Amino acid sequence: MHDDQEPLKGLPSNVTYSSLIAMNKRNSAFLILLMNVLIAGFGGAVGVILVALGDYSGTPADGQNQGVQVADLVSGFVFGGIFGIVIAIIATIWSWFGGSAAILRMTGAREIVKGDDPQLFNVVEELSIAAGIPMPRVYLIDDPAMNAFATGRDPKNGVVAITAGLRKKLNRDELAGVIAHEISHIRHYDIRLGMLMATLAGIIIFMSDAGTRVAFYSAMFGGGGGRSNRGGGGANPLVIVIVVLAIVFAILAPFCAMVVRFAMSRQREYLADAGAVELTRYPDGLIGALRKLGGHREPLRHVGQSTAPLFIVNPLKRAVRSGRHDASTVFSTHPPLTERIQRLQALK
Amino acid sequence: MGLIAIIFFVGIAFLVILVLLFFGLYNGLVRARIGSETAWSDIDVQLKRRHDLIPNLVNSVKGYAAHEKETLENVVQARNTAVSADGVAATGQAEGMLSAALGKLFALSEAYPDLKANQNFLQLQEELTSTENKIGFARTNYNRMTANYNEKLQAIPSNIVAGMFNFEKRDLFELEDASERQAPEVQF
Repeated sequence: MHDDQEPLKGLPSNVTYSSLIAMNKRNSAFLILLMNVLIAGFGGAVGVILVALGDYSGTPADGQNQGVQVADLVSGFVFGGIFGIVIAIIATIWSWFGGSAAILRMTGAREIVKGDDPQLFNVVEELSIAAGIPMPRVYLIDDPAMNAFATGRDPKNGVVAITAGLRKKLNRDELAGVIAHEISHIRHYDIRLGMLMATLAGIIIFMSDAGTRVAFYSAMFGGGGGRSNRGGGGANPLVIVIVVLAIVFAILAPFCAMVVRFAMSRQREYLADAGAVELTRYPDGLIGALRKLGGHREPLRHVGQSTAPLFIVNPLKRAVRSGRHDASTVFSTHPPLTERIQRLQALK
Repeated sequence: MGLIAIIFFVGIAFLVILVLLFFGLYNGLVRARIGSETAWSDIDVQLKRRHDLIPNLVNSVKGYAAHEKETLENVVQARNTAVSADGVAATGQAEGMLSAALGKLFALSEAYPDLKANQNFLQLQEELTSTENKIGFARTNYNRMTANYNEKLQAIPSNIVAGMFNFEKRDLFELEDASERQAPEVQF
C-alpha cells in the first residue's frame, strides 16, 4: 500500500525505504550466518579445550597415556561445532515462532486493549496508518523505568511495548515520537533481526558460561593423578598450539559477536530515529522524549544483556544509573543520546 | 521454405511479445487503480468515524456552552454537508470546512474550565484529534498512490492502453485550505 520510493530526509538521497528494507533483510541473513559460524567455531573451540582438559586430568588405568593427539582435537572440534550448530538451529526456529512471546514474558509486559489507554492506542494506530503496516499489538510493562521496544518476526506479527513510567511522563507529541521510532523498527524489519540476534547472542553467552564451568570443575576435581602421570611427557607442539588457539578463540568469540551486534544495533537506532521523523514530520516530539529518557535514572527490572539492544534507550543498570547514555564505545548498544538528538535537530 | 518459416516464427514471436506487453501494461494500470481505490477507502473509514463522533461532541458541549449556538450550528452544518458530499473533490472541500469548524469549537472550549474537565468531552476530543491525524496520514498515502496512477495514464506506453479501456484520471484529496489542514491545537 505504501510504495516507499521517496528519498529519506537526513540520509543520502539515493536511499529509499524499499532499498533500505531490502538491504536490512540481506544484512540480517548475512549476520545470522555469521553468528552461526561464530557459534560453530566457538562450540568447536570449547570441544577442543574439553578434549584437552579431559585427557589432561584423566587417569588412565594402564598408565599408558600417550597425551592428546591432533586427531582427538579435530574430533573434539567437529563434535563441538556440530553441537553448537544444532543448538543454534533449534534456538533460531524456536525464536522465529516463540521469540517475541518470550521477550514479552521476560520483561513482564501485558497486552492492553483500547479501553485501557485510548490515547496510546490512537497514536499507535495513527502511525501504523502512516507507515502502511498492520496495526501492531500494544503491550504495557508495569515498571516505573522509562523505556520502550518493538518485537515480532514481521510487520504482521508486530508488537510495541512501553513501560508505565515512560507512558506517564510523555505528552501526546513525545509519545508519537517514541511510537514512531518503534513502528520504524517494525517497518525496517529490525525486529526480526533483533530477535534472532538476541537469541544467538544468548546462546554464545550461555555456551561460554557452561564451557567455563565444565572446564573449571574438571580442572578442579579431575586433576591430580593425570597431571603427575604425564610429567614432562613431551606433548606434541602442534597440539599445544591448537589448544592455545582454541582458548583464545573461545575467549574472543563472544566479544566478536557482541561487537558486531552492537554496531548493528547502533546503526539501526539512527535509522529508526530518521524513520520516526519521516512518519511524524515533527522531530521535536522524539527530541523531547529522548531528553526525558536521558534525564531518567531508574533501570528496568527484567532485562538482560541479550535483550538490551531491543529497547529505545539502553535499559541496563550501569548505563542508566550513571547517566552514561552518552558513552560511545564498541560495547555501546545505543548511540549517545546527545548525538541522536543532534541528528534529529538537523532534520528540522 | 526456410526463409518463410523464419519470417513466420519471428512474426509469431513478435505478436506474443506484443500481447504479453499489453497484458503487463493493462495489469499495471489495474493494480495502480486498485491501490488508489483501497487508499481512498482507508480515508473514508476515518471520515465516517469523524461524522459519527460529532453528534456526541455537540451534545456534550451543549451542556456547558449552550449560548455558543453559532459555533455549534456551524459544526453540525459542516458535518451534514460533509456526510452528503459526493466525489473526492467535493468531499475534500466539505471535510476541510468541517476541520475548520471543529478547530473553532475546540479553541472555544478553552474558555470553559468545566467543559475541559469533563471526562466525556476529553475522550471525544482525543478521538477527534486522532481521527484527524489518521485522515491526514491516510490522505498522504492516497495522494501518493493516486499520483502514481495518474502518471501511468499519461506516460508512454501505458497511456495507449489506458485510452483504449477508458481508465479515468482520479482526483487528489485536497482539504479545502492549507492552513486548515492541521489538527486542532490541543493542550493537555
